[in-house]
Amino acid sequence: MYVAVKGGERAIENAHQYLAEERRGDVTARELSIAQIKSQMTLAVDRVMAEGSLYDQDLAALAIKQARGDLIEAIFLLRAFRTTLSRFAMTQPIDTGSMQVKRRISATYKDLPGGQVLGPTFDYTHRLLDFSLLDETKIEPLPGDEGCELPENMPRVTSILNRDDMIEQEHPDAEDDAVSDITREPLDFPTDRASRLQNLARGDEGFLLAMGYSTQRGYGNNHPFAGEIRMGEVEVEIIPEDLGFPIIIGEIAVTECELINQFKGSSVKPPQFTRGYGLAFGHSERKVMAMALVDRALRAKELGETVVGPAQDEEFIMYHSDNVESSGFVQHLKLPHYVDFQGELEMVRNLRAEHSGKEQEVRKTGGV
Amino acid sequence: MNDVQQGYNFAYIDEQTKRMIRRAIIKAIAIPGYQVPFGSREMPLPYGWGTGGIQVTASVIGKNDILKVIDQGADDTTNAVSIRRFFARTTGVKTTEKTSEASLIQTRHRIPEQRLNEKQIMIYQVPIPEPLRWLEAREKQTRKMHALAEYGLMHVKLYEDISRFGRIATSYDYPVLVNDRYLMAPSPIPKFDNPKMDNMPSLQLFGAGREKRIYAIPPYTKVTSLDFEDHPFEIQQWEENCALCSSEKSYLDEVVMNDEGERMFVCSDTDYCEKRRRQGHIGPMGTALAAE
Repeated sequence: MYVAVKGGERAIENAHQYLAEERRGDVTARELSIAQIKSQMTLAVDRVMAEGSLYDQDLAALAIKQARGDLIEAIFLLRAFRTTLSRFAMTQPIDTGSMQVKRRISATYKDLPGGQVLGPTFDYTHRLLDFSLLDETKIEPLPGDEGCELPENMPRVTSILNRDDMIEQEHPDAEDDAVSDITREPLDFPTDRASRLQNLARGDEGFLLAMGYSTQRGYGNNHPFAGEIRMGEVEVEIIPEDLGFPIIIGEIAVTECELINQFKGSSVKPPQFTRGYGLAFGHSERKVMAMALVDRALRAKELGETVVGPAQDEEFIMYHSDNVESSGFVQHLKLPHYVDFQGELEMVRNLRAEHSGKEQEVRKTGGV
Repeated sequence: MNDVQQGYNFAYIDEQTKRMIRRAIIKAIAIPGYQVPFGSREMPLPYGWGTGGIQVTASVIGKNDILKVIDQGADDTTNAVSIRRFFARTTGVKTTEKTSEASLIQTRHRIPEQRLNEKQIMIYQVPIPEPLRWLEAREKQTRKMHALAEYGLMHVKLYEDISRFGRIATSYDYPVLVNDRYLMAPSPIPKFDNPKMDNMPSLQLFGAGREKRIYAIPPYTKVTSLDFEDHPFEIQQWEENCALCSSEKSYLDEVVMNDEGERMFVCSDTDYCEKRRRQGHIGPMGTALAAE
């Protein structure tokens, strides 16, 4: 006997209770602290902040804990919190040229003013499981001296190339030009580079990685060189209306990547190197490199290149880069679709009935 | 359930954002069937699960409203429960399962069987607002096609259906023309519900959160489902009646009862079905419900 399904409400409550238990896991193991996540899962925290578009390590750590380590879910939590915040000021553009650099490398020059600074990188590590980390009783030595002082002045590689006009100039927008905000306004095509970069900055790392990679495999190749990658802390300034001059409200860690790309020139532009740009919160090197590849690919039209790959197609990239959007829509397939499915059932049944009718007719007449 | 969530604005969204959404809604009402881009916000529910409808509801809901939320016609499907709880928590407004009692009805995939009135607002959750999307993937192109009212492509598609299948092979999200001007996606409601949109006394609002579009059909507006003179628009029909309330006019869901594939058909609109049973209409597998 069929009874209409009731009790969705209790089922949901029970499921949430079960989820809370699963999140906590084995209660004999000590509960994970926000401080631990924040200080030992820093790259996860950075990714959640970058794609969550909110710089707050504590909240990102909380989101990771609540999401049981599912970073896309954590990004979603942070976004849903961000959307409730009111905006009280626009910051001045950050100056990555005066960054407190922790890492800075260039693949285009062997040495350059300021030097190559490896910093805390996985590069050149051998990916061997370090079983000594299994021992959690080990007492960590306190960090020693800071090591050598880094030079204050670290000019950007692109500004070195700038001097002989070998690379295209970047022209800042006019002071009073309002920057669009993709979190407040719907996308409008064709877009400008500012909205594209905003979209890429919060875009899914995996998606951008695949799209960037595709340009390296022939789907819109643009011969990139890693001009410079730098990571470190920059100051954030705002100009309060009643003061009229900039004040520093804090520091944020960012990673920046400037790609230098070959460009053979077109009917409108002389041969010159062009740029692809990537920037994200925290230590997000893979992300910003992929972002810079895609940024450059998306400039195809502007530079008069033929669009051959998805990475060069702005509607394709910008509509599919956001993991909160895509994760939601892919997973909405879990929601009931009985009504639509009933419509399809009815139609397919009718089509089948007609089909078998036709078949019989064909058999009778012996025709085709 | 009655305790209202602390620390968030009434209906979750801040007032400035609500104003922005209301402006988009007013524009949408002024140009029936036209998709108005709006600054869709992140909601605490996932995209594709009704964020557009939620934002529209949050922008129009007031303290005295009575809210009904349905999914597949039913009030007790999990997502409808979840959205109804969300508004109960963030607004404290009264919720209901009764179509006649509601001032706002947020829906996914159905229009209630009962005729709606001028005091009610229907709010549809929309996954893909662009009716031409499957024929043309580019937004730049489709906007141009709407601007020029160039809908030949859709007619060709429907014609191809007829030449291939002998009928128009679209059973839900069946395209409509609003006010003789804009081609519009009615959202994935079954085509069975399309005629209800025509000349409906209540305001119909459509929200697509992920795609950042709002559109509307003002009360008493002409809505026609596309068809051809020799292939007129038709709605779904069943040989069976509802097994619970014996209705012969409602949209039926098919329920598989056992491993042998035995089936029964029941009203997809649960409130309608219950109401009928209270009025004494009992189907072969239904039980009488006490009158109110």
